[in-house]
Amino acid sequence: MSGNRTFDSPGPDSVYRAALENGAFRIQKCGGCGAHIFYPRAICPACGSTDLGWVTASGKGTVYSTTIVRQKPERGGDYNICLVDLEEGPRLISRVVDAPPEEVRIGRPVEAFIGELDEERVVLFRLAEAG
Amino acid sequence: MAHMLRGAAAVVGLGLTEFGTLPERSHLEVMAEASHGALSDAGLTVKDVDGLFVSNFASPFLALQSAEYLGIDPAVLDSTNIGGSTFVSHVQAAAMALATGVCNVALIAYGSTARSGGRAGQGRGPQVRTPYEDVYRPRNPIGSYAMAAARHMHEFGTTRDQLSSVAVSARAWAAKNPRAEMREPITVEDVANARMICDPFTVLDCCLVSDGGAAIVMVRSERAGDFPKPPVYLLGIGMAMTHDQIAQMPDITVTAVAKAAPRAFEMAEVSRGDIDVMEFYDAFTINTILFLEDLGFCAKGEGGALVESGAIAPGGRLPVNTNGGGLSCVHPGMYGLFTVAEAVEQLRGEAEGRQVEGAEIALCNGNGGKLSSQVTAIFGTGAAV
Repeated sequence: MSGNRTFDSPGPDSVYRAALENGAFRIQKCGGCGAHIFYPRAICPACGSTDLGWVTASGKGTVYSTTIVRQKPERGGDYNICLVDLEEGPRLISRVVDAPPEEVRIGRPVEAFIGELDEERVVLFRLAEAG
Repeated sequence: MAHMLRGAAAVVGLGLTEFGTLPERSHLEVMAEASHGALSDAGLTVKDVDGLFVSNFASPFLALQSAEYLGIDPAVLDSTNIGGSTFVSHVQAAAMALATGVCNVALIAYGSTARSGGRAGQGRGPQVRTPYEDVYRPRNPIGSYAMAAARHMHEFGTTRDQLSSVAVSARAWAAKNPRAEMREPITVEDVANARMICDPFTVLDCCLVSDGGAAIVMVRSERAGDFPKPPVYLLGIGMAMTHDQIAQMPDITVTAVAKAAPRAFEMAEVSRGDIDVMEFYDAFTINTILFLEDLGFCAKGEGGALVESGAIAPGGRLPVNTNGGGLSCVHPGMYGLFTVAEAVEQLRGEAEGRQVEGAEIALCNGNGGKLSSQVTAIFGTGAAV
């Protein structure tokens, strides 16, 4: 983990995006309190420390909640939106994209991968085997 | 010792526009109509106002725009935006400014033509992007609230019918309110069978999109008796927030009301049993269930059963959203001020056709963002102070 770089250029947001472009899903870990942090911050929201380093996320998570955004087929059809609890702790919003949205249920294990939405690199999820 | 804000300021003027469709009018024109109504109600004009509190989805300069438009010479200007709870938070800011003598006549005003004018009608500029949320197109705010409902159903067994009963109750109240937009009775089946928007929400789980405006005038209590209408006193108020983006909400089934409400109750020196009527920002059916739980009217997870019992409907023991709420009365994008407006009408005894008999104490809960900010305000009649 790096030391206190959160007020330097490039900032945490840019560092995160650069890693994503290179195919890595990284989250922050606080050197002060040990909390994992997502989305990227300059100050730890748990303890106020600026000693934030980067770790590669395991990508393993569990669906905390989910919905189906209903949309006419001609506009692209229905799609999933969900909240995923990463095994490191942080929660993020994303989509499960490899299954019909009806099959995305609360409590299901999911696995992150880096994909594209609207020509932007983003973290997406697929359903994973339990355990 | 009583809190210095308890009973320090009172609402002495209320103005409402027509609700529904107000074509070919700007949000400033609608705001001005509501403001004129509130000031006339108090026997005042814009020239008496020295504190102006406004908000919408416009530029950060809305306060300048509005003061110029109305011809107000302000000592206090505030266009904070914490979402639709903003105008309830303005009640706190206005009471502080009045109590400390920074201003003498506070006008809190809102106007929007969200239905006729779309985003421009709400004064909405380019959408502010939340880069870790918007890219997934969660259809905010609906998607965020839908996930709160889905989680509540998962954890506590809250049912489709229980969500529906919130909308049915709101409609039953609206049927008694000549000003409400949607007055045709509906059933739980109607709600469940309506067009699905974001599971589990159908279109009838979601608030309206309206044109409309509201305004109130507040003064220090020492002169509150000098106006034509009976004063409605602010007894207590509390604010709290938990997050901006829904993924940052610590527990999606527990809102910041759990923190805001105790602050309001403590300041007001009243308890839950003293509340005669409640007005919530019911952006979606789940809101009413969450707020009843977080206010402590039932245990966490029991809000569904409480609303299904008919307690919040006309004739129930806990009247909620007696105007029909954002679900059936009016919702121009930011509903907060309409909770206060209905509380004022109820405490004045002016809520024709839907009056809660003998109402002396009313509770308002403004909600903002994606269940993000919550402001609980408790108002009372002169007898309650």
